[in-house]
Amino acid sequence: MILDRLARAVDDRLRLSPLTRKALAKIFPDHWSFMLGEIALYSFVVLILTGVYLTFFFDPSAADRIYHGSYAPMDGATTSAAYASTVRLSWDIRAGLLIRQTHHWAAVVFVAAILVHLVRIFFTGAFRKPRELNWLVGVTMLILALANGFTGYSMPDDLLSGLGLRIIVSVVESIPLIGSWLAFLGLGGEFPSDELIPRMFVTHVLLVPAVLVALISAHLAMIVRQKHSQFHGPGRTEHNVVGSRLYPSYTLRSLALFAWVLAVLFALGGLVQINPVWLYGPFAPAQATTPAQPDWYVAWGDGALRLFPPWEIHIAGHLVPAPFFPGVVLGGVTFLALYAWPFLERWCTGDRLAHHLLDRPRDHPVRMGVGVMALTFFGVLVVAAGDDIIARLLRVPVYGVLNVLRVLVFVLPALAGILAFLLARALRRGDAARLGELTRADLRVGRQATGGSDARREGARAPDEPEMPAPDRPGEQIELWPDGEVWRWRYHDEPAGLAILSNRAVLTEQEAADAARLAYPGVDHVTVPGPPPPPPPGRVRTTLRRWGNAALGVSLLAAALRQRRERRRGGGGDGPQRR
Amino acid sequence: MSRRPPVAAGPPGVSRRIVLSFLASAAGAIGFAVTYGLGGQTQWEGVCLAVAFAGLAIGLAVWGRRLVPVGGYVEEHEGFTPPPDEQAMTAAVLTAPDSPIRRRGLLATLGLALTALGVAALFPLRSLLPWDRTRPIRALKETPWGPGVRLLTSSGQPLRPEDVPAGTMVGVFPEGGTGAGDAPAFAVRLQPERFTRPPSGGHLDGVVVYSLLCTHAGCPVGLYLKGTGQVLCPCHQSSFNLFANATPVAGPAARPLPGLPIEVGPDGFLRATGDFTAPPGAGFWSRP
Repeated sequence: MILDRLARAVDDRLRLSPLTRKALAKIFPDHWSFMLGEIALYSFVVLILTGVYLTFFFDPSAADRIYHGSYAPMDGATTSAAYASTVRLSWDIRAGLLIRQTHHWAAVVFVAAILVHLVRIFFTGAFRKPRELNWLVGVTMLILALANGFTGYSMPDDLLSGLGLRIIVSVVESIPLIGSWLAFLGLGGEFPSDELIPRMFVTHVLLVPAVLVALISAHLAMIVRQKHSQFHGPGRTEHNVVGSRLYPSYTLRSLALFAWVLAVLFALGGLVQINPVWLYGPFAPAQATTPAQPDWYVAWGDGALRLFPPWEIHIAGHLVPAPFFPGVVLGGVTFLALYAWPFLERWCTGDRLAHHLLDRPRDHPVRMGVGVMALTFFGVLVVAAGDDIIARLLRVPVYGVLNVLRVLVFVLPALAGILAFLLARALRRGDAARLGELTRADLRVGRQATGGSDARREGARAPDEPEMPAPDRPGEQIELWPDGEVWRWRYHDEPAGLAILSNRAVLTEQEAADAARLAYPGVDHVTVPGPPPPPPPGRVRTTLRRWGNAALGVSLLAAALRQRRERRRGGGGDGPQRR
Repeated sequence: MSRRPPVAAGPPGVSRRIVLSFLASAAGAIGFAVTYGLGGQTQWEGVCLAVAFAGLAIGLAVWGRRLVPVGGYVEEHEGFTPPPDEQAMTAAVLTAPDSPIRRRGLLATLGLALTALGVAALFPLRSLLPWDRTRPIRALKETPWGPGVRLLTSSGQPLRPEDVPAGTMVGVFPEGGTGAGDAPAFAVRLQPERFTRPPSGGHLDGVVVYSLLCTHAGCPVGLYLKGTGQVLCPCHQSSFNLFANATPVAGPAARPLPGLPIEVGPDGFLRATGDFTAPPGAGFWSRP
């Protein structure tokens, strides 16, 4: 009642109802892979919430502080305020450790979700026109996420992260001409400087999150404006989106996903220890931990530093040290390639069309091969970051592992890339629906017929024209009907038993017809008197499943009861023996 | 109010499942509050919150999948190629005779002014390295070591040559600069007859002093394998042969560890006779 009046009052002043109605009817495609980005978004929300809580207790200062608290081995020790306050936060602030560990886990999941999301976008070609801009925004957010993860785990000023910082500073110093100036401007002096922790803190809690919030807003705004892409399927064209509506279905399901992310992160934060800085000890320039591994998302850089041979270049009396190549060049090339990919692919294939229907990964074997090759390459680098641990586990010399990895880092990606390319090509040309159904003949067919990749896309179309819809098939029609004071329509494919309802009601028949014509150009329209009957639900199966569940529950309960009764009656079992 | 349609009846049992999930969620939240109130325990707090959110998640997911329609809706997509007349009209507005973007001369000077402002705005960034601090290249090349600077152990005691044991390395720091990041060094006693190359900093009866910082990425080379006379960096596994002037023998490091020239002072303690034989730690552009 009160809510009703409030809504009316707001609407009278802002005229939100037409907008809201359209927004609530927005269609989300029903495919799990569209949820990956949402996981990243919700991890970011968790990061903000837990991070704000942490700032109330963390003291970003390199000044000396004496720790007094319940972590006995450090009681009375003098360390930096940053380190002492992190230990205090973990041991003496109630719920502090839970929030700190949840924050760290959220960062790990955040980067992982972004990466998996990126891989999905890459392999399905969702970055193609008109979504290149959103790809650029996404890659930028990946870089910012990596940077903020690194500053985040460096701030506690513990020994392990201190080593990581020292390595990063060395990598920056290796840049020709400007390296040492860059490093000194960032640090405010020589490593380890007193300014470093406060500067990282401001970057971590203000600068980067603010940019991230802006970019996330732009990312989402572009999705709303451009609408979702979707996979091929019955009733799906380049001119529509088929799925469930934002309200009610996706409101509930997205909130459920948010709650799942929170549940998993708090379970991890409570149960799985991460970054126990009190075990590493405070940073000291002359000390090191063994073994020393970074968080997983910077491990590829560390692995590259380990694998790169001791090659240094001298240019006119100047030095280009070895870390420049695996540290700066590799990182630069990686992100430049990511930024450039949509344009590179567009240039290579000459495909200038807008695409709202996604590729299956197999549809584009070259992209598949390049993607798998890159993923394998970075996978080997991540493994290489643990070469000392591998050597210890296998009881072999670490340099043996190193040499094997130096070969594998080139051989494995090449092999994996070629294999992925061949399989994708065979799958595309042949009749096999899945990898397991591939035959040798499919592979051979693939080898013969190369290059015709865009046969089904190409036609006599001018560039920038959207893809033409499938030709009108018999049995396919649009049905429009009045529903009280409004009009609805649906797409009906009689032979396929498919009926797809319009996502919202409109006021006139003309509007309904226009919307239907946009979504399904060239399909015949008929006006029907009233709502057509809904397709029958699979009632038999629901009933069966319900009875099955009930029977299972009852039988389990009965079994438990009988067991308990027997044990009690016999006084037997293992009870007496234990007594 | 009476015009509202009645609530749709979902499949039987679904509502009960949702209610149970939400109740479990509430129980988890209460459990968290109680755990916190009783003194806090990280694992239980985490589990309670996880139960609270998982209950919410299950309830909402079942609600979203069983009580409301899923799938089977279509939204039209108007495409992104703008109608040509729209495009032309917008262009006409932007390029009207009084349009600012047609005043080329004014725009050029405006661009000049903005560029000058942008460049001027970069200048204060130089203050990130305060002007009273040492310039990078000098700071990287110089350390607190110098003639007459005594070697202190990690506990701050000066070191006599006989205090350097055989078979282990002793971390040493310059007197008056123990906190410096580029100063850490180590002293170790070796048999001079096993030297294959003379130590760059010289030796006193087999006692040699080298920079502790790896020449690859600056980590402390903390691991001493005494049998082989090698030190190993735990970060990227560079190893250096101390018998051969600490030249790198394996891993990604390319340059030997700089040596520290030492002598015994009149008080009987070890002291440096100069700075490291080369800038310590990772390489940089202006390194000789």
